[in-house]
This record gives sequence, C-alpha cells and structure tokens, in this order.
Amino acid sequence: MNHLLVALRKDLLLQWRGRAQVIATFAFGAAALLLFSFAVGPDSAALREHAGGFLWLGLLLASTLSLAESFEREMEERALEGLLLLPASPRGLYYGKAIANWANLALLGVALVPIMVVLYDAGTPRLFSLLLVILLGTAGLSAPGTLYAAMTSQTRARQTLLPLLLYPLVVPVLLAAVKATSLLILGDPMGQLRPWLVLLGAFDLIHWSIGALLFARVVED
Amino acid sequence: MTAVTAEGVCRRYGQRWALADVSFEVPEGALVMVTGRNGSGKSTLLRVLATAIRADRGSVHILGLEARLERQSVRQKIALLGHRTHLYEPLTALENLMVAARFLGRDARRQPLLARLEEVGLSDRGDDPVQTFSAGMRQRLALASVLQQEPRLMLLDEPYGHLDPSGFQLVDGLLQRLRRQGSTVVMATHLLARGQKICDQALVLEAGRLAYSGSAAQMPQPAGADEADGA
Repeated sequence: MNHLLVALRKDLLLQWRGRAQVIATFAFGAAALLLFSFAVGPDSAALREHAGGFLWLGLLLASTLSLAESFEREMEERALEGLLLLPASPRGLYYGKAIANWANLALLGVALVPIMVVLYDAGTPRLFSLLLVILLGTAGLSAPGTLYAAMTSQTRARQTLLPLLLYPLVVPVLLAAVKATSLLILGDPMGQLRPWLVLLGAFDLIHWSIGALLFARVVED
Repeated sequence: MTAVTAEGVCRRYGQRWALADVSFEVPEGALVMVTGRNGSGKSTLLRVLATAIRADRGSVHILGLEARLERQSVRQKIALLGHRTHLYEPLTALENLMVAARFLGRDARRQPLLARLEEVGLSDRGDDPVQTFSAGMRQRLALASVLQQEPRLMLLDEPYGHLDPSGFQLVDGLLQRLRRQGSTVVMATHLLARGQKICDQALVLEAGRLAYSGSAAQMPQPAGADEADGA
C-alpha cells in the first residue's frame, strides 16, 4: 500500500510536470469531436443521436497518446527498472500508474463534455450519472491501457502497437460507455442505464485485478 | 562468505551470446574490476548480477541467495549504477532522491537529501530539473541515489564515465568508503591503471567469455589498453 501511494504521488508529479502534454491531448480529443461533426454534416438530430459514441471515440483516441506518454518518462533513463531494483513492489507501481492515468483520462472526459454539448447540442440534466459513466469508462480504459502501454513501451513500433492491442480489448467498455452516455443524453424511459453501469463495473473489476497480476511479468526480464 | 558466485552464466541477445559460460567467485568485502573491450559483456554481466536481466543458463548466487528464485531478497542487498541513470528527467534532483527514499522507507525530508547532494557536489542544483543537467551531473546524482540504498553489493558500470577529475576523486573516495564499510564492489571500467590501483581482483571478458580471473595487480595488460586514465 505504501509503495502504491509513493508511486501514485510520483506519477501525479510527473503528469503535473508534463501538463503541456495533457493540454495537447485535450486539444487532440476536442479536434476529433470537431471532425466527427464535420463528417456527419449539419443534421442536428443525427449529431445528437451519436454524441455519446463520438465522445467515447474521441476519448479512446486521445487516451492512447496519454497512456503511451505515461511510460515514455519511465523508459528514457530506465527509471522504472531503477524502481524495480530498489526493490519497489510491481503491484504498487502498476496501481500507482493506473490510478494516475485514470485521473488523467477522467479529467479529459469531463473536459470534453462541454465540447460535446456545444458541438452536438447533446446535454443531459443527469450530470452525476454522466460523471459516474465517465469514471467507470475511463477506469476500464486505464487499467488495460496501463498494462499494454508498459508492454509496448519497450518496442520500437509502440505508437502503432498500443492501439492495435488495446482497442479490441476495450470494445466492451466502449460499447457499454457509449450506450450509457446515449441513454443519459437521449432519455432512458425503460431504465436501461443500470445494466450498462454494472457491465462497466464488472469489466473494471476484472481488468484492475488482472493488470496487477500481469504487470510484473510484463516489466521484468 | 562469498558475495557473488556465478556458475556457467550465459546470456543471449537474439543469436549472439553476450555471456558464454562465465564462472567466478567474489569474496565478501572485495573490490573487483571487470574489464574488456566494448561489447565484451561487462554491462550484461553487471545487469545479470543486479537481477535486472536473467541469465539464460547457469546460476548466480548473491550473498547466499539464488538470484532467480529470491530476486526481491537479492535486490534488498544490492545497488546498480548502470549506463542509464534510472532518473526521471522532468523531476528535480531532490525530487528524484525523494522518490527513491520513499520507496526505500528512508528519511525523505529536504535537509538529509541536500546532505546527500552535498556529498556529490550538487547541493546548489537540488531544485533544478534533471533535464537541465550535463551527463556528468546526472552521473553524480545517480551515484547519490544508489548510495541511499546502503547496499552490501554495489555494482558500478563505468562509474568514471562522464566525470571530470573532481568526479574521479569522488568515485575513488566512495570506493574507499564502501571498502571501510565492508561492502563488496563489482565495477566495470576501461580505466585499467586506476582500477588496478583500487581493486583487489579483476575479471577480464573477451567476447562474452571470461579470459582472466585473479589478482588485479597481476592482470595481463591487453593490447591497446588505454592507460591515460589519470590514476
């Protein structure tokens, strides 16, 4: 637990020092949302209908930049290896990094919501429910994303490999998060939100557990 | 007690054997130099001893512990200063030391860490990010960081690399201090005269094989050895 807190503090500090990258990632996500609106055209009903999907696609695309960046710092001078040799607990290092990435992605998701509302006229009065969807959805991206970013950070084609490995794995998260967000925007007369939230929660539970177990194998020789 | 026992250690990168059937022993408290041409396997050997990488064949015992099976216990007793400094470039010198100190459960307050920086001549640069440091300053900071670990076995890969003459004296002083404390040091270096002056034992690697193991003073001088090391 102590190593988790030390790792989290270190990763949040690194993110703060690299805040220019956070702003660039937000700009990338916002640009993606803008491009989606151009692709659909001036059909406001279609834009509103697909707003949830566009938000999560923008977030997913931006997340690969942010996840890959989180391991760049670890690899520059083999800092992660240095921590493992101290020895720091691989599990603590994983959870510290995954929680920091989660916080980063959740903030990005929250920051993209106003862009979505403006571009697609897709607001919702259920802000707390939307926040819960963003928290659960980004947790589902950050846990496997942190593991795969660690795996691909040691390869030359990491910018290509990370999305190739991550995207198929997070299809259930994308599906559930898009459905839940769309229900919040378009209305939920049949009360379908809860099952999608449960699916997101189950996915998160599995991947936050598996990720910690596999991380040591990924980062050790 | 034996600090290091390596038996038939082999390590392969792709099709090339970086280490081939390397066996030696290092008694506890000894200062050992590892030398050889570029690419002879010195860094790989140190990284295997540090448990940063595994041997493909053979076994390594560190202070009585089997390195493959008891890796975490081994790591509590060793420290590695490698070619790469293990530092976070965006963090300041003090923050880098703080991160390591917190993981080690040591005192991570500013004052004791400034004293660490004073030891390596960086006390006036404690609040500067590492990315603004020269290679020599990074080496000094990395040295301060590994010293925090107070290891029983110190593994140093080219500790004089990037350093100026005052840095050479700093490393010499550190080695003397480790000797007084009873720590074992295994140091890869190209500076033969300096190494022979300080170390008890020498290992010479040639293309991944151990060509010499014995007294540092009686070590054969390889052709073309660089003696301009200021020893």
